[in-house]
Amino acid sequence: MRAPSESDIAAGEVLLAVENVSLSFGGVKAIRDVSFDIRKGEIRAIIGPNGAGKTSMLNVINGFYTPQEGRITFRGQTRNKMRPHDAAAGGIARTFQNVALFRGMTALDNIMAGRSLKMHRGLFWQLIRFGPAMAEEVEHRLRVEEIIDFLHIQHIRKVPVGRLPYGLQKRVELGRALAMEPDLLLLDEPMAGMNLEEKEDMSRFVLDVNQHYGTTIALIEHDMGVVMDLSDRVVVLDYGQKIADGTPDEVKKNQAVIDAYLGVAH
Amino acid sequence: MDVLHHIFVDPFVQMAQAPDLLVQTLWEGLVGGILYALIALGFVLIFKASGVFNFAQGIMVVFAALTLVGLHEKGVPAYLALALTILVMFGLAFSVERLMLRPLVNQPDIILFMATFGLTYFLIGLGELIFGGEPKVMIASELGLPKGSIDLNMLGGFISLQKIDIAATIIASVMVVSLAVFFQKTRIGRALRAVADSHKAALSVGISLEQIWVIVWFTAGIVALATGIMWGARSEVSFALQIIALKALPVLILGGFTSIPGAIVGGLIIGIGEKLGEFYWGPLLGSGIESWLAYFIALLFLLFRPQGLFGERIIERI
Amino acid sequence: MFYREAGQYKTSYAADQATFPILQDRIGIGIILFVAAVIIPLFGNDFLLQAVMTPFLVFALATIGLNLLTGYTGLLSLGTGAFMGVGAYACYKLTTIFPDVNIIVWIVCSGFFSAAVGVLFGLPSLRIKGFYLAVATLAAQFFLSWCFIRVPWLYNYNVSGAIEVPQRSLFGIPVTGPNSAPVTRYLIVLTIVVVMTWLASNLIRGRIGRMWMAVRDMDIAAELIGIRLLNTKLLAFAVSSFYCGVAGAMMVFLWYGGAEADVFSINQSFTILFMVIIGGLGSLVGSFFGAALIYILPIILRFVPAELGVPLNAATVEHLTFIIVGALIIVFLIVEPHGLARLWQIAKQKLRVWPFPY
Repeated sequence: MRAPSESDIAAGEVLLAVENVSLSFGGVKAIRDVSFDIRKGEIRAIIGPNGAGKTSMLNVINGFYTPQEGRITFRGQTRNKMRPHDAAAGGIARTFQNVALFRGMTALDNIMAGRSLKMHRGLFWQLIRFGPAMAEEVEHRLRVEEIIDFLHIQHIRKVPVGRLPYGLQKRVELGRALAMEPDLLLLDEPMAGMNLEEKEDMSRFVLDVNQHYGTTIALIEHDMGVVMDLSDRVVVLDYGQKIADGTPDEVKKNQAVIDAYLGVAH
Repeated sequence: MDVLHHIFVDPFVQMAQAPDLLVQTLWEGLVGGILYALIALGFVLIFKASGVFNFAQGIMVVFAALTLVGLHEKGVPAYLALALTILVMFGLAFSVERLMLRPLVNQPDIILFMATFGLTYFLIGLGELIFGGEPKVMIASELGLPKGSIDLNMLGGFISLQKIDIAATIIASVMVVSLAVFFQKTRIGRALRAVADSHKAALSVGISLEQIWVIVWFTAGIVALATGIMWGARSEVSFALQIIALKALPVLILGGFTSIPGAIVGGLIIGIGEKLGEFYWGPLLGSGIESWLAYFIALLFLLFRPQGLFGERIIERI
Repeated sequence: MFYREAGQYKTSYAADQATFPILQDRIGIGIILFVAAVIIPLFGNDFLLQAVMTPFLVFALATIGLNLLTGYTGLLSLGTGAFMGVGAYACYKLTTIFPDVNIIVWIVCSGFFSAAVGVLFGLPSLRIKGFYLAVATLAAQFFLSWCFIRVPWLYNYNVSGAIEVPQRSLFGIPVTGPNSAPVTRYLIVLTIVVVMTWLASNLIRGRIGRMWMAVRDMDIAAELIGIRLLNTKLLAFAVSSFYCGVAGAMMVFLWYGGAEADVFSINQSFTILFMVIIGGLGSLVGSFFGAALIYILPIILRFVPAELGVPLNAATVEHLTFIIVGALIIVFLIVEPHGLARLWQIAKQKLRVWPFPY
């Protein structure tokens, strides 16, 4: 499979668009009138200084926060707010800044939980756990084992994730998101707190997911090197506002972005 | 239609026709509410300073009252017994910190919460083993608390106010005001508020958590003792009180877990609400609704305002 | 040396997901079932069957019920006693209205009634979490306790206000009421508890169990992977209350032989909660350990000191039980927050590597 080239993406179909979204908590404006889109098959980076509203933006996209204003169009369907369940059912998966795994469950169960939406046998079959219920369980286990192989975490399958080191937890979390077979994968600082080697591994996984499964990816990342290497297009937020949007090269030269990062007086 | 009439019209007609009864009911509710508020206050103190939801506050009330009465029964003079009981409550606070809180530091809240279940059971067993399980009479007059009642002729009837209730109201107010001053003005009060905001930050500026915990648990113990005396003087000192003490939970829900004024207002709403409910609407359902009405008031309230009356809106982050 | 899984290869995911993947576990459970179903009924006296084993199993089932809600789904409930009561009263009404239907059927069906009530009182869990939810369940506890006293229809207008278990037979053998043999009742309780435990263990290992645990561990993340929180929580309330309801019905029909509203008070709720905590939150095996420890401890306290020549009166035993249980809870939370079940796991691990330390 071939990675989509820049020209493909420029012409590509829009998977998700946010238009004029504003979000505030009481008096604090987290996001002000932000619009941008994510096209099918691209890796879209969202960057900005701390407190710029990046995570809030992801929370709006998958329905955890309700914006006061604006519209979200996903797969051609426009609405004022996403609901978490609709987002998940529609194929949006997510990892979190501070790993949000199910700590009491094993790595395997965490990833299996990602397939909850795809499993359908009801209470009766779950109680019996025989015949069709077992067949379903095994079928999904096979898919999950593929993900486990892909992420090289076979050895920790049955370890409760609370006991795993941070880097592996991040991987399991990515695995859980992949188990949902998403069309759009939101990654919130997937490489935060990692050493160089771990970052390289994670970058490889992100690229592989994008190319191998054709998953569209939106990621927040602070490491500029990673952002510039991985992403097809970058949107820059500062104080809740969009200050730039374009290819990595364009953004790098943008005066507003340089100011925001170097701290010019507003 | 008839049912609706009984629910929405009749009680109010009754209230208007016999205002003296209404005032009497309101007064009873007020006093009951103050006692709930006092128990809730004990919860709030501990929750604010240590983040522990102390389920044992109710049993601490019983335990304090039992110790007081038990010591008096053994022949200790009333005021000396009071002083000794305060000492016992300090001992309790100290042991709780040493044996329970310290080993459990940094555990999830729910674990600490459940540990206080254990404390509850332990105190029930200990109290009964030492002082026996049967109800006792509070040594109210020995402690100089007033007896009898004042009858007011007004509103076309008369209203009877128990003097002990009036005393309870005054003592409760004094206690709340002095606690508020203590929290706002003293060095320890500032440290307490700092701990309430963030354990780690407080530690980093050199506040001793252990010391603070002993102080709040001791303060809560004294509040418990005062509550126990008031409550005991109104009825009797018995373990049945701990079931009633559970009503501090709906009070806390109304008032928020960290607000002292919230505890007071919540206590009054629950106290008055349940007395009015019992008196005017209870007969419709066959009376005794006092046992669950408070929880339903709280529940209804929660559905509309999950953060309580004075609590701040919770923003969930991820 | 004997507890080794080396050499036991699993060649399919189905085998890997079996109830007892390790051979020694299968043998162990077989022996336990054999003792429980054959040895105890044959050689146990009435006291053992009626006052030790039957109540232990009833409590174990209620503990499993609460564990599904509190241990697996993370929803704290203080209304277990009331949900057990719903089961007991439902069973009583059903068997007095339809006396010809087999009593076992009604005992199991009564679970549906408490499941429905559980769902009703679980509805607030959409908006309320943690301690706040505990208050909602307290509302259930006190309201239902009140109903058991104030609604005479529930106890067929008996003057005493109590329910008395009528005699019902199965294949001509009396199974409930004063004429039934303890061994018959024990075997019925055993069968129901074993089957329901097996069903619960299936449930928690499948999709629904994972959804429950996901909600428990991090509800926000669970919601964002597409789990509907309300449905999941309500299902937990329903299944949990079902188990508690059946336990309550068995308590009255196969153990007490009659009951007053008092039996299903808040104290019962606490007892079950303590069994869950001591046994281990989120462990089925632990539910049995917890029930055994808290129910059997007072019996030991009553008999052992007497044997040693220090007879304690009933009241002292009760007080001592309170003290010990209270202290045990604190000690357990300090030493091993995962309860007896975790100690069991550690013991198994030690056994696995024996005679080496690790």
